[in-house]
Amino acid sequence: MTAFAARPWIWSWIAMAAVWGATVLFTGGASAAGVTHAALTFAAFSVMVGIGQMFVITLGPGNVDLSIPATMTLAGTLSLKAIDAWGGGTLVGLGVSLLVGLGVGIANFTLIRALRIPPIIATLSTSFIFQSTAIWANRGIRIKPPDALAGFSTDMTLGVPNVAWIALVLTVAAWVLLERTIFGRRVLAIGQNMRAARLAGVPVDGVRFATYILCALLASLAGFLLASFSGGAALNMGAEYLLTSIAVVVIGGSSVAGGNSNVPGIWGASLFMFLLVTMLNTYGLGAGVRLILTGLIIIAVIVAAGGRTRTR
Amino acid sequence: MPQPAVIAPAVIAVAGAAKAFGAVRALDGVDFAIRSGECVGLVGHNGAGKSTLVNVLNGGLTPDRGEIVAAGEARATYDVAVARGVGIRCVFQELSLCPNLTVAENVRVLREGSGGFGWRNRAAATVRESLDRIFPGHGISGHAGLGGLSIAQRQMVEIAIAFLDVGAPPRLVILDEPTSSLDARRGRELIAHVRRFCAGGGAVVFISHILSEVLEISDRVVVMKDGRVAADRPTAGLDARGLVSAMGSVARERAARRAQPARSGTPLLTHGSLAAWPGEIVGLAGLAGHGQSEALAALYLAASSGWRTGRDPRAAFVAGDRQVDGVFPLWSILWNTTTTVLPDMTRSGGFVDRAAEAAFGAEWRERLAIRAPGMDVPIVSLSGGNQQKALFARALGSRAPVVLMDDPMRGVDIGTKQDVYARIRTEADGGRTFLWYSTETDEVCLCDRVYVFREGKVAATLGGDEVTEENIIAASFGGGHA
Repeated sequence: MTAFAARPWIWSWIAMAAVWGATVLFTGGASAAGVTHAALTFAAFSVMVGIGQMFVITLGPGNVDLSIPATMTLAGTLSLKAIDAWGGGTLVGLGVSLLVGLGVGIANFTLIRALRIPPIIATLSTSFIFQSTAIWANRGIRIKPPDALAGFSTDMTLGVPNVAWIALVLTVAAWVLLERTIFGRRVLAIGQNMRAARLAGVPVDGVRFATYILCALLASLAGFLLASFSGGAALNMGAEYLLTSIAVVVIGGSSVAGGNSNVPGIWGASLFMFLLVTMLNTYGLGAGVRLILTGLIIIAVIVAAGGRTRTR
Repeated sequence: MPQPAVIAPAVIAVAGAAKAFGAVRALDGVDFAIRSGECVGLVGHNGAGKSTLVNVLNGGLTPDRGEIVAAGEARATYDVAVARGVGIRCVFQELSLCPNLTVAENVRVLREGSGGFGWRNRAAATVRESLDRIFPGHGISGHAGLGGLSIAQRQMVEIAIAFLDVGAPPRLVILDEPTSSLDARRGRELIAHVRRFCAGGGAVVFISHILSEVLEISDRVVVMKDGRVAADRPTAGLDARGLVSAMGSVARERAARRAQPARSGTPLLTHGSLAAWPGEIVGLAGLAGHGQSEALAALYLAASSGWRTGRDPRAAFVAGDRQVDGVFPLWSILWNTTTTVLPDMTRSGGFVDRAAEAAFGAEWRERLAIRAPGMDVPIVSLSGGNQQKALFARALGSRAPVVLMDDPMRGVDIGTKQDVYARIRTEADGGRTFLWYSTETDEVCLCDRVYVFREGKVAATLGGDEVTEENIIAASFGGGHA
């Protein structure tokens, strides 16, 4: 039981498995492959932004990146526009989206550190700027991704969607970063007590800066892939990832208070969030009932996972 | 040996109390009783079980075994509410007031005094009265926010609240390391107040690692060791040496003053008129809260970067206010000790060499005798003094040529103190520089040179044989020594 309780991510996986089972059973097993494929595809995008948000939230109370949706839109828009204008295909698009991420991270942390604006306000303000830039760049024209890129982002390898492979590789890298490197250790230290971390020699500003950049890079990559996957960037494409990115961190068992995070829970929670909506759709419930049930079930999972908090 | 529980009804008596936390047997069959009018000193090493016994007495912990008799009645259920009902109050070693509330609000949170209109002013007035009685000239407003007070002022407020004469009148006040954050003058005032309180029929349990205080204040001394009562004797006829040997360590004479290290070239670091040369032990003294901690923090922040880790650390910091400046509460002891040295244990790519980290932990666990089942247990499961040892290991284990210590001996037992003093001397002989703020004059007198702070500035500099208790106190109050 202690080993069990030491893994807060287990609850999101249990919930995910239960919802998957309930959906598949309802359709008599016919939908198993289709539901799984769709869940892996869409969860992949939540996982990418969720990992970034997790690192930011781990930095401690008040740290959150609300500019993720706008960053996704901006990266998706600019990268496809660049490919369209300059050619060069996937690599140019990837390069442009990562540059967008770098710029976003620098802008966010500059406001937070230099102007001492709380992260929640700073990232909310910058998100208006990023979103407006995307609108200005896009001018209502939807640029299609090149065929090779569109094909890659919708294809499968070994029966698993390519985007899910990318998310999996990023997840493993994030786990290694958090659990095995000095950077991860320092993020966890800052999240528990920023002053104590500084007085223990942790370069607090540098680590926070890198974390906000990391989060923006992951959001940009997710935006680039999502735009390629869905046949072009749309101005509202990132909207649902605002709450999703935070929800998967919390449902995944990371502490909202910071200093205590886990990576596997992000996958369980992302799959759960998608499957939950799918299940309620499969049952043919009305939109209102669906939303109410979504809320209640999420609360139930968080309560179940939060019952075993550590002593102090 | 007198058995007080038989002579007069005890305020509280426990018999055969036992309490285990996992593998740690914090209490292992303890008999303890205290009568009205008695002041009992409670001493022992870090982790001997003192804080656990205190928590049993105040109802915060239910012992696994044992009986409790409070105010003449055997108690089947004994908790914080019952303890307060019979007039048992407690001042904790880890300060326990809410930093986001004012002094008056904290009083009310503890359910002292009455509610209704104007409760803030009434609470502020009662706590001010209590402060005036114990610490004349304290200068603390009842409406001041706790978070804005220095650690010494917070400690004074907590003590004043414990002695408040509202609600169930205090019959037993437990003081756990009450003087560790107070300077000498405030410590004297507290001792005088404890005397008055006991003369008036109150009882006090006084826990301290400063044995001279315990001997001065108490009628009886209980020595704890490994979760048991090792000795229970009237104070008359006891001396510090006897107490230390009862605790299981050997008393050492104060070592002779070190030879002054030769100064060469420019100082290693400066802060205003404060300067330190390689191999020096520099003391920061003065009344608590006169800018010593701020000066040390400023020195550390100036010597280290918030943006990147330099190849060689220039300084390391030992926190005194553990909860605010030191401990990472979610982590193990090991991770708490390696925070500062971690860059030295990192391979290319930023990977932490976990074998090297574990070896560092094992080495310092032995060097500082950290009492714990293992280095991977949570640091918050340790007693305050053992947590402090982990913070010492964090700084002493680094390569930094300067170690800044912000009153680091709070809650540390005498055996460990002697070990740390010896280590500091050895390392200073080896060229390391120490800046050491202490509220204990004995410690300041170990330093080669002492800067006495008053109102945020260095008021006096004492060197060599000028470093005496009289000179320090004189300078603290503006006695004119320059």
